[in-house]
Amino acid sequence: MATTTTLAEADQSVGYAARIEHVSKSFATPGGRQLVLDDITLDVAPGEFVTLLGASGCGKSTLLNLVAGLDRPTSGSIATDGRPALMFQEHALFPWLTAGKNIELALKLRGVAKSDRRDRAEELLELVRLKGAYGKRVHELSGGMRQRAALARSLAQESRLLLMDEPFSALDAITRDVLHDELTRIWEETGLSVLFVTHNVREAVRLAQRVILLSSRPGRIAREWEVGIPQPRRIEDAPVAELSLEITDVLRGEIRRHGQH
Amino acid sequence: MASTETTPAKDAAGVEAGLDALETTATSRPTLRQTFTGKILPPVIALAVVLVVWTLLVPTVDDPSKLPSPAAVGDAFKDAWLKGELLGYIWTSVSRGLLGFLFALVIGTPLGLLVARVRFVRAAIGPVLSGLQSLPSVAWVPPAVIWLGLNNSMMYAVILLGAVPSIANGLVSGVDQVPPLFLRAGRTMGATGVKGIWHVVLPAALPGYVAGLKQGWAFSWRSLMAAEIIASFPDLGVGLGQLLENARTASDMAMVFEAIILILFVGIAIDLLIFSPLERWVLRSRGLLVKS
Ligand SMILES: Nc1ncnc2c1ncn2[C@@H]1O[C@H](COP(=O)(O)OP(=O)(O)OP(=O)(O)O)[C@@H](O)[C@H]1O
Ligand SMILES: [Mg+2]
Repeated sequence: MATTTTLAEADQSVGYAARIEHVSKSFATPGGRQLVLDDITLDVAPGEFVTLLGASGCGKSTLLNLVAGLDRPTSGSIATDGRPALMFQEHALFPWLTAGKNIELALKLRGVAKSDRRDRAEELLELVRLKGAYGKRVHELSGGMRQRAALARSLAQESRLLLMDEPFSALDAITRDVLHDELTRIWEETGLSVLFVTHNVREAVRLAQRVILLSSRPGRIAREWEVGIPQPRRIEDAPVAELSLEITDVLRGEIRRHGQH
Repeated sequence: MASTETTPAKDAAGVEAGLDALETTATSRPTLRQTFTGKILPPVIALAVVLVVWTLLVPTVDDPSKLPSPAAVGDAFKDAWLKGELLGYIWTSVSRGLLGFLFALVIGTPLGLLVARVRFVRAAIGPVLSGLQSLPSVAWVPPAVIWLGLNNSMMYAVILLGAVPSIANGLVSGVDQVPPLFLRAGRTMGATGVKGIWHVVLPAALPGYVAGLKQGWAFSWRSLMAAEIIASFPDLGVGLGQLLENARTASDMAMVFEAIILILFVGIAIDLLIFSPLERWVLRSRGLLVKS
C-alpha cells in the first residue's frame, strides 16, 4: 500500500485543509507490533473547526503527529494544504528566547523579512491579548499566558491548518474558558482550519463544528456529530451540555466494551 | 444579583487581564545588606577561621621552616610585589592558560558537535573522549616534552589534551539532553538540518556546553600548573608553577605557600569573573536558577 504525505503547493488551492485516507499506524513493541490507528479516513474542509475526541491512549496525538509530518503512516496517505502548524500539549516555547523572539523565529523560518518581524510579532501578541509580553521570558509568564504565546507562535506560521493537541488541558477551568473564547474569536477572524484534539467532551462540543469520536485499541472513527449550535457558545449552555451528555454516553459505551474482553 | 451587560469578547479580555495580573508576581532585587550578609560575610568568616587555626598551629611545629606563619607568607607576597614580580608571575600563567583555553574551545566545540550529531563519529571516538576526562593531564607532560621540547607549544599541547575532552563532552551531553519536544516544535516550524542545529539544538544545548567550558577551564589550569612544575625551564619565563618549583628547590616554605595560594586564587578568580557569571546568566535567563 502506498504511504504518501503530500504538501499541496502554496498558491494552488485545494478543496481541503487536510485529507486523511485509510491511514493506519502501528508501532513495534516488545510484545510484537501494536496497531494504534486503524483505517482512519477524514477530511478537514477549509475553514472548518473539527475536534477529535477519544479516551486516553487511543492514538489522538499519534494521528496529529502524522498530519503534522513528524511521523509517517504505516499505510494510507495524508495530504495537507501547505505545512500545518502544530500546538503541543506543553507550550513548547523555547526558553532561551523571549515570547516575542519565539514568534519572530517562526516568522524568520517562514521567510518574513527582518524589518517586518517585530511589527508582526507585536500584532500577533495583541491578537492573543499579550500586548506587554514581547520582552518576557517564558518562565516569567503564567500557564495561560504561555499557551497564548504558543498559540501566537503557531499563528505566526500562517498555515492554513492549525493542529492543536490538548493545548488547554493543564489549565484551570476559568483560564480555559477564556482561551476557548479567544480561540473561537481568532478562528472566526482568520478563517483558519483547526483540528483540535481533546479528551474533554464539553470542550469538544464548545469549540467544534464537527466532533469526531475515536474508539480505542485500535483507534478507529467510531462516530461523528455535526454541532449546529451557533457561536458564541459557553461551556455551560444547555445545548452544549445536552450534546455532551449524548456523546459521553457513546464514549462510555466504547470504553466499557474494552472491559468485557 | 444585577448583572452588567458585557459582550463575551470584552468580558474575556477583562478576565484575562485579571488572571495575568494574579499569576505573575513581581520580583525585587536583593538589597545591599542582603548581599553582604548572604554572599560576602560567610567566606570572610571562613577565611578568618583558617588564619586563626593556622596561627595557632605554627608554635606546635618544632621546625619553623616546615610551617611558616601567616605573617611570613605575607612578607613573601610583599617582597614579590615590591620587586614588581608578582603580577608578572600571574600574567605569565594566566595568559598561557587563557590562550590555551581558547585553542581548546576552537577545537573542542566542532569536535563535540560532530560526536553528538554523527553516529559513526560517536561510536568511533565517543567512549575514548569521555574516558580521557579521567586521565590526569600530568600524564601528557612527558610525551609532550619529548615531542615538542621544552617550550610554550608543549604547555599549550598539555592544556589542549586536558581541556578539549571536557569542552567536547559538555557539548555532547548538552545536545543529548535537548528535550525532543523542542526538536519537534522546531521541525513543525521548518527548522530542519543546519537551521535546526543553529536555531534549536545549539541554543538548547547551551547549559551543558557552558558547564563543559567551566570544567574545561579547571582542567586547563590544572594541566598548565602540572606542565609548569614538571617542565620548568628558565627561558620559558616564570609562571606560578615555576615559582612553586623554584621555591621547593630553594627550600623556601613561605614562597611555597605563596605559590600555592596564588595558584588556588587565580584559578578561582578566573572562574568567578568569567565562567560562573556566564553560567548563571545562561541558567537565569531560562528560569533554571532561582534568584537567591
Ligand atoms: N513511539 C511510540 N512507540 C510505541 N508506542 C507508541 C508510540 N507512540 C505512541 N504509542 C502508543 O500508541 C498509543 C496511542 O498513543 P497516543 O499518544 O497517540 O494517545 P493519545 O490518544 O494522544 O492519549 P492522551 O489523551 O493520553 O494524550 C498508546 O498506547 C501508546 O503507548
Ligand atoms: Mg496525546
